[in-house]
Amino acid sequence: MTITTLVQLAADLDSGKRSSVEITQDYLARIKQSEHNAFISVNEELALNQARAADQKRASGDRSALLGVPVAQKDIFCIDGTQTTCGSKILENFIAPYTATVVENMQAQGVVSMGKTNMDEFAMGSSNETSYFGGVRNPWSTVDKNLVPGGSSGGSAAAVAAQLAPAATGTDTGGSIRQPAAFCNLTGIKPSYGRCSRYGMIAFASSLDQAGPMTHTAEDAALLLNTMAGFDAKDSTSLNVEAEDFSKSLNDSLEGLKIGLPKEFFGDGLDSEMATIIETAVKQFEALGASIKEVSLPNSHLALPSYYVIAPAEASSNLSRFDGVRYGHRADQYTDLVDMYTKTRTEGFGEEVKRRIMIGAYALSSGYYDAYYSQAQKLRRLIANDFTSAFEDCDVIMGPTTPGPAFEAGSRTDDPVAMYLNDIYTIPANLAGLPAGSIPAGFTASGLPAGLHLITPYLQEAKLLNIAHKFQQATDWHTRIAPSAIGGKA
Amino acid sequence: MALDNDTVHTIARLARIKIDPSEVARTRGALENILDLVAQMGAVDTTGIEPMTHPFDATMRLRADEITETNQREKFQAIAPSTQRGLYLVPKVID
Repeated sequence: MTITTLVQLAADLDSGKRSSVEITQDYLARIKQSEHNAFISVNEELALNQARAADQKRASGDRSALLGVPVAQKDIFCIDGTQTTCGSKILENFIAPYTATVVENMQAQGVVSMGKTNMDEFAMGSSNETSYFGGVRNPWSTVDKNLVPGGSSGGSAAAVAAQLAPAATGTDTGGSIRQPAAFCNLTGIKPSYGRCSRYGMIAFASSLDQAGPMTHTAEDAALLLNTMAGFDAKDSTSLNVEAEDFSKSLNDSLEGLKIGLPKEFFGDGLDSEMATIIETAVKQFEALGASIKEVSLPNSHLALPSYYVIAPAEASSNLSRFDGVRYGHRADQYTDLVDMYTKTRTEGFGEEVKRRIMIGAYALSSGYYDAYYSQAQKLRRLIANDFTSAFEDCDVIMGPTTPGPAFEAGSRTDDPVAMYLNDIYTIPANLAGLPAGSIPAGFTASGLPAGLHLITPYLQEAKLLNIAHKFQQATDWHTRIAPSAIGGKA
Repeated sequence: MALDNDTVHTIARLARIKIDPSEVARTRGALENILDLVAQMGAVDTTGIEPMTHPFDATMRLRADEITETNQREKFQAIAPSTQRGLYLVPKVID
């Protein structure tokens, strides 16, 4: 048993070996069989209708690269007529009246959506444990240890790692694609801010949120990103750049590639086993012709503090729309309008979401704006400037995606700040808006996956995917199957 | 950074969230820990640094002032908790 890639499925569809309906039915059966709680909802009828339509399109000559390939969608993307919860009680019964542009783009290419994956509530979390719909079991969990899949795109990561879907969409505000990808042995790409439209993607922190692919391989990630990205007039921060084929340079040689290793990413707090795995992975790149250079991101220690002002501030503003008036949950009993808002939100939001809304409300409140929000945005510029300087000396920045491997469920829920430290290496790329990704880099002694983090200059996703692909051609970490995957050895 | 219970209630009120009296101490502790993490920002001299609001420092795009959306009131109101004659119903605000 090995991984099933989008490339293989596309080849099977192209040769007529299997139809989209057959492939989709196979995955839907796997989802039913699984006990990972990776999905919040599965829409079989919609999926099979899309699969049938894809098969018909193929019969009439359509050869779109991923035509008829089924994927899972993070439950943060609105799909017209289907339940879209964002992992929250407040949206438990919300039926979206329109479709996110990313999903529309994918559907236009004939990609089939099977269902909506579990996630931390409003994408706030690093373990999927803040979901109203329950935690998700990491397919790499051992018999005696129930591990988290990471978050917030934990359901998407678990679905792909457990082979319930060959690929999934995710979103990344501070690491929510890359950290779960690292915990579940996947390739996860956060594109440059603005590459994928935010229209119809429920907002957390609008200046940071970005959608991206979660797949087994970099080659698959390039293909899926091709179907997701593109300028959208409906998103005021969508990048109006020429469409490009992210697969175009997958096979370019890495001869002469300059890799920057920021010393700040290898300091205190990094698990020593992780450090060794990352160093070994970097050596592999030397064997592929790359050279290593130490670089510095001197302000990176300020990324976490500034993020925990900027993201909650934007969240407190974005989530003010959930008031029980136009959609979503409304409290049953209330005395007046403010009481209705307050009861609705108190009942509808979970603890972590409430905490972040309150931090944001505090940071934006009268008299505190300059000390918090404005100061955080100034630090954000310093952090972005650090990257600009570092990229004068290197083509890509590498380091660990996370300080350690997947941890046990329940082990960090009592200490929010300890949980936040999970994203210490991933947050800087969000603040700067840079493309970044995590790829499988090896395993710890206890058999848990470790992710290698890659950051490239603005709009250089194709370069990032080229670097990742060449690594995957030379290694087989990404082909390892999780113990509780369909086909795994539990 | 120390907060008092009144400040916790004020923040909660601004956020339109109610904190149960039995939860105030715990909420205060969690908020204090986050604000302690954030406090590191204060040590940096940012005089003359322009705040960065957007990764590409882009300004908002303008478009022609044309109607681009169609009226879908019935569809959008079908998912509302309470409507009547095309209006969203909320508790009475003015007597």
